[in-house]
Amino acid sequence: MAVQPAKKQRFNALALFRNALSYHQNWEQQWRSPAPLDAYDVIIVGGGGHGLATAYYLAKEHGITNIAVLEKGWIGGGNTGRNTTIVRSNYLWDESAAMYEHAMKLWEGLTQELNYNVMFSQRGVLNLAHNMTDVRDTQRRVNANRLNGIDSIYLDAKGVKKVVPGIDLRGGGRYPVLGASYQPRGGTARHDAVAWGYARKCDEMGVHIIQNCKVTGFDIEGGVVKGVQTTKGRIGAKKVGLVPAGHSSVLASMAGFRLPVESHPLQALVSEPIKPTIHNVVMSNAVHAYISQSDKGELVIGAGVDQYISYGQRGSQHLAEETLVAICELFPQYKRMKMLRQWGGIVDVCPDASPILTSTPVGNMYLNCGWGTGGFKATPGSGHAFAAHIAKGEPTALTAPFALSRFETGFLIDEHGAAAVAH
Amino acid sequence: MLLIRCPYCEQERPEVEFSFAHQAHKPRPEEAGEPLDDHAWARWVYYQKNIKGVAHERWNHAGGCRKFFNVVRDTVTSEIIATYRSGETPPVEESRVEGEALSFDYEQAEG
Ligand SMILES: Cc1cc2nc3c(=O)[nH]c(=O)nc-3n(C[C@H](O)[C@H](O)[C@H](O)COP(=O)(O)OP(=O)(O)OC[C@H]3O[C@@H](n4cnc5c(N)ncnc54)[C@H](O)[C@@H]3O)c2cc1C
Ligand SMILES: [Zn+2]
Repeated sequence: MAVQPAKKQRFNALALFRNALSYHQNWEQQWRSPAPLDAYDVIIVGGGGHGLATAYYLAKEHGITNIAVLEKGWIGGGNTGRNTTIVRSNYLWDESAAMYEHAMKLWEGLTQELNYNVMFSQRGVLNLAHNMTDVRDTQRRVNANRLNGIDSIYLDAKGVKKVVPGIDLRGGGRYPVLGASYQPRGGTARHDAVAWGYARKCDEMGVHIIQNCKVTGFDIEGGVVKGVQTTKGRIGAKKVGLVPAGHSSVLASMAGFRLPVESHPLQALVSEPIKPTIHNVVMSNAVHAYISQSDKGELVIGAGVDQYISYGQRGSQHLAEETLVAICELFPQYKRMKMLRQWGGIVDVCPDASPILTSTPVGNMYLNCGWGTGGFKATPGSGHAFAAHIAKGEPTALTAPFALSRFETGFLIDEHGAAAVAH
Repeated sequence: MLLIRCPYCEQERPEVEFSFAHQAHKPRPEEAGEPLDDHAWARWVYYQKNIKGVAHERWNHAGGCRKFFNVVRDTVTSEIIATYRSGETPPVEESRVEGEALSFDYEQAEG
């Protein structure tokens, strides 16, 4: 049975008006929920942003539409729907700059491309420097960024104050602000909308989005993958792309290989909603705090990773507390704010804080994982690059540096400095 | 915050006194009878079992006696099942709620 494409209505002002007349009861379904077929050309395991983007670009750029995206829960329910939505591309090394800037360029046209408002807001991102080592590292990174054509500016303390009036440059005496890197094109996006927008376009092109379908094993014959075992039965596949984030080691072990990653909880929290007070994203690597304000008015705050391995999707209280101490020292005006919600995700962290996009020891099985604490920003670029890797069956210029083999050759891509959460 | 019993200090202390030191009982390649090549070395330095379930871990009582010891911990619930001194046999075996135990540490072709 062939996979059926289905043209979607376009979202625009006219559609909004028309649907208002029927009290918004008749909007068409965004994506269907088909029963799985016996086999697909490509199965993507993991319906987060990266998995859905991979399926989308496979269909759009490589003409492969006989695809299923298998998600054990609901799409975007993993880290895609749990992150603090910061998007930037000011990473230190050439390989990462290429990947994240590729993503940034796709972000800039994503709402139009998907006909779905991903609320990409280029409000500017600052990474603070609190001591002379920070200052030198930041300036070095800014210079490296500029050589790679990325809009990166070094601000001194006065410059920071101009862009972020609410900040206390003394940092309460504890965290003095000496400067910052500033990327004006950086910002935030609506995380759920990214998953939904890709899913909707995938469905339009005939890709099957199959939720509540957990992959429990692989059929591997002669070292080549032939299909996956799932809670909805066996499904055959010519190629399999694994995009499972925090569960990458679990899935790799089912396929018979190990990974150089550890899964840790990373948490975030939001405050009660207030008037617009902070107009950009402010991050501080040294004090483990990052903050922005959502369109609803909530302060969106990210804390650090727990030091131990956990699949519990819950961060510890003392980490949130440490982060809030730092936030209050940097922004004394927030001292009396109440926090509304706190949650955690499981991030698979690589020793060099860079992702893994690779072929695997199993034939026709490909892996995209290890994005750790900072992969939301890469979603479109990662999906685009990984789709090309899967379609060709071999590394591309963008994915090659991120192969597993780097841990043997020693060509690590150390982004601990730019990754903004120490792990 | 976890409460961890240091088997040397014989006291339950808050997690902030400790640092996580990754997978326990990980033999160096030569101890496992493997040739010391790039492949085995990468496995030893970087690769982790990263178990979902009951795992053997090393911890360091960094803010106390500064000794390394081992912990049996459930990585889903974070329950600490046992702690024991370095060199001792784990009192509880590892187990997984999902994923497979792989017998080898140093094999596997490269991707
Ligand atoms: C609190 C927090 C804050 C963050 N802040 C930022 C930020 O500000 N900026 C940034 O760039 N990044 C941030 N990140 C990181 C970012 O969220 C992730 O790197 C990114 O979302 C990963 O996307 P993904 O699609 O690979 O993973 P996910 O969205 O986690 O998708 C993986 C999916 O695979 C599914 N899955 C797993 N196992 C199976 C199985 N056996 N069968 C079927 N499906 C399976 C999961 O259910 C999940 O939906 C943050 C993360 C967290 C947790
Ligand atoms: Zn001790």
